[in-house]
Amino acid sequence: MVLDERLGQRPDTAPPLPARQFARWIWRQLVSMRTALLLLLLLALAAVPGSFVPQVDVDAQAVFAFAEKYPYLVGTFEALGLFDVYASPWFSAIYLLLMVSLVGCIIPRTFVYARALRARPPQAPRHFDRMPASGAFDTDADPDVVVGRAVQALRNQRYRVDRDAGTSEGPVPHLGVVRAEKGYLREAGNLVFHVSLVGVLVGVAVGSLFGYRGSAIVVEGEGFSNTLTQYDDFTSGALFEPSDLPPFSVALEEMNVSFWIDGTQRGAPRLFEAVGSVTPAPEEPAEPFDITVNNPLQIDGTSVFLVGQGYAPIVTVRDSDGEVVSSGAVPFLPADPTYTSTGVLKISATDPQLGLEGFLVPTTGVLDDGTIVSVFPSAFDPTLSFFAWEGDLGLADGSPQSVYSLDKEQLTRVEGADGEALRINLGRGESVELPGGGGSVSFDGIRNFARFQVAQAPLKEFTLAAAVAGMVGLLGSLFLRPRRAWVRVREVDGRTVVEVARLDRVSGADLGADVDDLVAAVSGEGVARGTSGKDRARRAWLSGEGVARGRDPES
Amino acid sequence: MSVEQWATLSDQAFDGAAVVLALAWIAHLVEYAASRKVAYAASPVTVGAAASPTPTELPEPERRATLFGRIGVALSVLGTGVLGLGVLARGTAAQRVPWGNMYEFATTGVFLAMVLYLVLVKLQGIAWLGPVVTGFAVTVLGLSLLVYTPVGPLVPALDSHWLVLHVVAAAIAGGAFVVGAGASAFFLVKSRAERRTPVDQRHGYLWRLPTADSMDRLAYRVHAFAFPIWTFAALIAGPIWAYYAWGRFWGWDPKEVWAFITWTVYAGYLHARATAGWRGKGAAIIALIGFLTFVFNFVGINLFGSGLHAYAF
Repeated sequence: MVLDERLGQRPDTAPPLPARQFARWIWRQLVSMRTALLLLLLLALAAVPGSFVPQVDVDAQAVFAFAEKYPYLVGTFEALGLFDVYASPWFSAIYLLLMVSLVGCIIPRTFVYARALRARPPQAPRHFDRMPASGAFDTDADPDVVVGRAVQALRNQRYRVDRDAGTSEGPVPHLGVVRAEKGYLREAGNLVFHVSLVGVLVGVAVGSLFGYRGSAIVVEGEGFSNTLTQYDDFTSGALFEPSDLPPFSVALEEMNVSFWIDGTQRGAPRLFEAVGSVTPAPEEPAEPFDITVNNPLQIDGTSVFLVGQGYAPIVTVRDSDGEVVSSGAVPFLPADPTYTSTGVLKISATDPQLGLEGFLVPTTGVLDDGTIVSVFPSAFDPTLSFFAWEGDLGLADGSPQSVYSLDKEQLTRVEGADGEALRINLGRGESVELPGGGGSVSFDGIRNFARFQVAQAPLKEFTLAAAVAGMVGLLGSLFLRPRRAWVRVREVDGRTVVEVARLDRVSGADLGADVDDLVAAVSGEGVARGTSGKDRARRAWLSGEGVARGRDPES
Repeated sequence: MSVEQWATLSDQAFDGAAVVLALAWIAHLVEYAASRKVAYAASPVTVGAAASPTPTELPEPERRATLFGRIGVALSVLGTGVLGLGVLARGTAAQRVPWGNMYEFATTGVFLAMVLYLVLVKLQGIAWLGPVVTGFAVTVLGLSLLVYTPVGPLVPALDSHWLVLHVVAAAIAGGAFVVGAGASAFFLVKSRAERRTPVDQRHGYLWRLPTADSMDRLAYRVHAFAFPIWTFAALIAGPIWAYYAWGRFWGWDPKEVWAFITWTVYAGYLHARATAGWRGKGAAIIALIGFLTFVFNFVGINLFGSGLHAYAF
């Protein structure tokens, strides 16, 4: 937005400025259009790295993977905030400066605009024929009647109209002038658009300060209650308190999953549906729910989304005496579109402790070299394939561990009779004795799990409203045309001459036809009567045979 | 007709459209080649079927240039019609809106770009953009075969009304960006030529085109048309859909990042046109950068294959 281009440019040779003037100079620089433009382009540039370097907020796993691959970059990248670009000081600095620049521009412009709204439409120009579009004709009608017609015609076109009484003073004596202006909403739209941007930023900022987002895996037949400890990952704004979590709980009865079995989209997801019941608060009756992709469950201002699914093999581990030491469904995380899933099982009740690490394929295919691969995402013919580890799981020291990986520092791999690491492949319903009397493992079945995302984004309605208002304002600022029009009645050589002019304050309009209409309306007869050659030429020009400034010659 | 027949018709229509548009492109290239031999006076001739005098009155090279220009536009109309048939058949076969994956987005997007271009040919006489627009259309149609996807149903995440709005708005804006980028590129070439070429040496293809000023105005109008639509696609419909599908309305997914970058750069373009020292050349370069970010978002980010948009656009 332009405040005043000229004020933003001082000669380089200016003497040192006193502090106050310097501050003013800085301010003027900041709110100048040039600075706003540079900040915009800088913002675009600053957003780029976040699309190439993995972001903590987008995919924390990817950040870890990146760190393992390029350990020598991690320190520098962290210092530069490259793993969290959109919350980094430099990115924030750019958009905050942009916002300051924008506000510093909006406020004075709003006052200018408010004054323009109260002011009369601008004075008539001295020379009508220097306006982009103009016309003139002689009339026998009374000047007051002509002025009255002009006022009416312009009002009909929704101009704001004002009139000057005739005067014999001034540079151009006349019998009456009508001045009119319309299209004030363009600047209003412009201001609304820019204010809305601030609104969106405030909405997003406040929303993220008070909001939270977390995800949790829930296996069929199990439940989830909305407390911090139940989340697999959780991010929240600085002003969020864990006690703000609404105390609902969810019981997942069924996770219905199907994939296209035939046709061109074979293997593509067909249906994901989580069915169960939700208890809004303890002591309250449970209500059934049915969450599908794109249809979240709404509860207490919080939304529960279905964002993923996977398989949890039901595995039972018995010790060498045949006692069950571990039993249940263990979620394995899907790693590819055919749901090859990886996971671990930790059994601390045995001595030595036992860890199983491996993968699950929902529908088994075997390659020529014996490798097991997944050929379809549905659990038609699953195989659980794993290595067993014995020793100390490292759980005793209390340090946090991922449930999806083994700390192998104090573990040794169980070997087969050939001395090689023993890979164990189990089909559904099969079991295996571990060598060396280590007990047995059985793969009893599969349950589906749902991955829910629970999120509260306060002010999202406000943000959306601001965005929509901004777009409406944008449309106004791009497509409304502020226009001015004048009609002047003069006496020239005993004749009454009526002059008409229009000015479009943005280029691109076809003013000629407009002026013709106005001439027709004001003359009251629908016919303009030009006599001089100049008039004829002008009329030809106005009727579109000529070229008006701002009109494409080729169009 | 059965689903398979519609699908086959769609595939054949896309192939046919690619061929016809390629011929249109060639016609425009012949027009270009023919114009190079034409000696023009200082006053540029208006290009466009309506404004051209009858070819028989013209000297041979100019007659040929005009003729091939018209052939190019006629073939473009035909090719766009066939393309539209392909889009329609695709939607009929799939029984949903035909923009559910990258292939469909590309074909629908090219169709919308061509429609916009032809409407502007009719209204604004912009047939001089023909070589760029048809060339781009043929290139995208050709490349879209690399991501060919047979007709099929939508994955659950895409089954949303907001998908329809989000994607179609992105495609319309994209089509306008194509035309706008063409106009801006021509503007850069033409304004440079206007600055550097003495009046008595102004002959050949470039001088049959409109003035640099009117190219600049066209570019502005097309971008001003596209920008609000892009705003709606990327910053309103997209986030609403993302909220329902993924549980957050904005997450700096690579696709979102680049949609934001495109928006910011085009916002920069609109501002540049009102900033002293940036009007004209500076603004046109920003518009072209904006277009590159749009193309990169569609092609580059998809090829990286990361992020939540991996399935499609």
